[in-house]
Amino acid sequence: MAIADSSEGKPVPKKFTLTTVLWKILILAFDAVGVWFIVQAISLGYVELAIIVGIIVVGFNIIFTLDKGYPFRWMALGLAFLLMFNIYPIFFTVYIGFTNYGDGHLLTKKQALAQIQKVTYLPEDAKTYSWTAYRSPEGDYALWLVDNSDGQTYLAKPGEEIIPAKPGDPGIGEADTKGIPVSLEGYTRLTTLQAAANKELPNIKFGIEGEKTVQIRTSKEAAELELRYKYDEATDTIIDQSNGDVYFNKEGTFTTKDGKTISPGFRATVGWKNFQEVFNSPALRGPLLTMLIWNFIFPTLSVLTTFALGLAISIMYNEEGFPLKKLIRTLLLIPYTIPSVISILIWRGMFNTEFGVINRTLIDLIGVAPRWTSEPFWARTAVILVNLWLGFPYMMLITSGALQSIPSEIYEAAVVDGASGWQRFWKITLPLLLVSVGPLLISSYVFNFNNFNLIYLLLGGGPPIPGAATQAGYTDILISYIYNLAFAPGGRGVRYGLASAMSMMLFIIVGAITLFQYRFTNMWEEVSENV
Amino acid sequence: MSNIAQTYKRLRSSQKFQKRFGVAIRLIIAVILIAFSIFPVLWIVSASFDNANSLATQSLIPANAGIKNYQRLFNKDPNFSFGELKYWTWLWNSIKVSGINTILGVSITTMAAYAFSRLRFKGRVPILKSILLIQVFPNLLALVATFALVSNIGNIVPALGLNTHAGLIMVYLGGSMGMNIWLVKGYMDTIPRDIDESAHVDGANDWQVFTKLILPLMRPILVTIGILSFIGTYGDFLMARVLLNDSSKYTLMVGLQLFTSGQFDKKWGVFAAGALIGALPIMLLYFLLQDQIVGGLTRGAVKG
Repeated sequence: MAIADSSEGKPVPKKFTLTTVLWKILILAFDAVGVWFIVQAISLGYVELAIIVGIIVVGFNIIFTLDKGYPFRWMALGLAFLLMFNIYPIFFTVYIGFTNYGDGHLLTKKQALAQIQKVTYLPEDAKTYSWTAYRSPEGDYALWLVDNSDGQTYLAKPGEEIIPAKPGDPGIGEADTKGIPVSLEGYTRLTTLQAAANKELPNIKFGIEGEKTVQIRTSKEAAELELRYKYDEATDTIIDQSNGDVYFNKEGTFTTKDGKTISPGFRATVGWKNFQEVFNSPALRGPLLTMLIWNFIFPTLSVLTTFALGLAISIMYNEEGFPLKKLIRTLLLIPYTIPSVISILIWRGMFNTEFGVINRTLIDLIGVAPRWTSEPFWARTAVILVNLWLGFPYMMLITSGALQSIPSEIYEAAVVDGASGWQRFWKITLPLLLVSVGPLLISSYVFNFNNFNLIYLLLGGGPPIPGAATQAGYTDILISYIYNLAFAPGGRGVRYGLASAMSMMLFIIVGAITLFQYRFTNMWEEVSENV
Repeated sequence: MSNIAQTYKRLRSSQKFQKRFGVAIRLIIAVILIAFSIFPVLWIVSASFDNANSLATQSLIPANAGIKNYQRLFNKDPNFSFGELKYWTWLWNSIKVSGINTILGVSITTMAAYAFSRLRFKGRVPILKSILLIQVFPNLLALVATFALVSNIGNIVPALGLNTHAGLIMVYLGGSMGMNIWLVKGYMDTIPRDIDESAHVDGANDWQVFTKLILPLMRPILVTIGILSFIGTYGDFLMARVLLNDSSKYTLMVGLQLFTSGQFDKKWGVFAAGALIGALPIMLLYFLLQDQIVGGLTRGAVKG
């Protein structure tokens, strides 16, 4: 590597060693792949993707060719992944939030236009041919066409160019009495009856789509198809060649004045529409509000319960020489060591209303048991209970560490002053503890604010909120609601645009909580000192 | 005089009694808490050895004990069929994805940490702070955009797109530096610079210092971070669920969720066997390396 080869300000010419040459070849190869990728991205209409990859490619070139870029070579790969898969999705979320991306609008405009411009139709006055069909053993078809106006003959196959051909040409059999080849290489000729009865044939387009294609119209006649839609880039309109209708680009769908549309639609910006919909539609707003309130209650209760239990355990078994201290702590740590997805699924089985061990026990003991999956209050109780089980060992770990760091002199002074046990806890232990574990509690709050696994895997967000416009339940939180909108819409069609608009809400809330965390604890200062 | 001694003695014995009473109470509470914390584990162990394979009839001591559920899990029981049960594939996928991600992630992070710890350059502090800020927004918040991004990439290079492990690993790698860079850099800062300075004087370049001097000294922290990263990836559900859609590509966590669809109660025992096998390696890792993990955990968390 040629690093800072300058002595006393005089640039020394770089040596062309084997490594520098290899290095250059590597950069060139990387550039070639990068440029290829960008060209592909643009041809598919992924402009944003092309831009971000372009930034990375240019960045790599600067870092790896200029001497000043040397320190960044150590982190180039890490920064590239960070940029591409962490930072870019944040901006992309904002963009999608202002589009109608979703079912019916899944393609980019370029992709949609490419599809639309391939659509063909059979004009009344089309050029016509009489046809004979051939079939290969694999089920492929070929047509022998005779131009009705000038008697020219052609060979046509789906997806291949229609070529002029004569009987007796290479691969083409000799002519029969009517001048039609008796066979084609690899194909056998169908009788008129077979061809007329064939259900597949009339649906096959022979020739290359978007160029010259021929389709069978009647048992005697095949006709040349023409492209149906013509796109005019200057006015951003499409003209239907079959009847002269004009389609205007209306928010990602080509639409006529009287409301006829062409499918597929495409991704287009729709301004604040997604946000307006959230605030204006009662069927969306109502459930969303219920969910938002729960979204704040759930992490609050989770942090409080897990912290209380974890701290209680720490205090109870903190004493030096408490019998079986190590064993107790190890056994209590077990919930923390199981992957939480597995634990949650186990609890799901145990909370099963009909067959689960919890309800069977409750029925045996007191004769009644809550319907965890259909009663909102009990569903939420189950969520909090399971999270208590999942979360208290972590709180136990962090509080027992922090407890040991509180100097014992303070307690001794308090005892001398006559403070009771409760007073010592509330006036000394808790405040001092909160200083050290406070930031961790806020992190835990944020984690639970987005605790998708628990909500989704335990009860699927249910029980459902009646009258909700999209799938939403009483234990759903924003992130699980967003997941449903985008990936499990339940027959309503995926809505990436709306889901991304909601994700922006999530960003704002999480950002605000973190700002609070940095502002009111000394985390940021501590960090700033450590760089 | 004797009076005082007697009172003192009585007081002492009552204090001793109080103390013993307190310990007894706390031991009873401990038993209750332990019951709460290990009951699900006992219950799932019992379910896995209950040949009845049903949620409804299970009791803590299986009435019909055996290893049938494990045979069913590995498709050795012709009478039990569950369409897309590919347990070994899922487990292998999980180990593969987590392993590759861990090795790449730790390498990327450690190399970057070297620059932040040992080199001085413009933009060092702003970049470090930005990384800390960005990891406030993990890519699970930008779920939809991440899905769209991987889907778009897949339309250009199918091998990196949806339903590929490479695509999933790239998304994981996007978040790996944010998590650990501060931790690794902090640890590296504690290694005295004199060591590498004298090596530089002897003519070693940065790469040699990094690989021959720093890396060996970093072993403990790299092992801890590696294990935490492995456990984290192994336990991820959401990203794998969103990006993989073919049952032969699933990771174990996504595969296990399949049991809950349809009649969970009729597949309970087999699920229990699968859950147990899936959880055991992670539990073992935790208990073997408890001290390191707890140390790394609190340190990493405090630092952000």
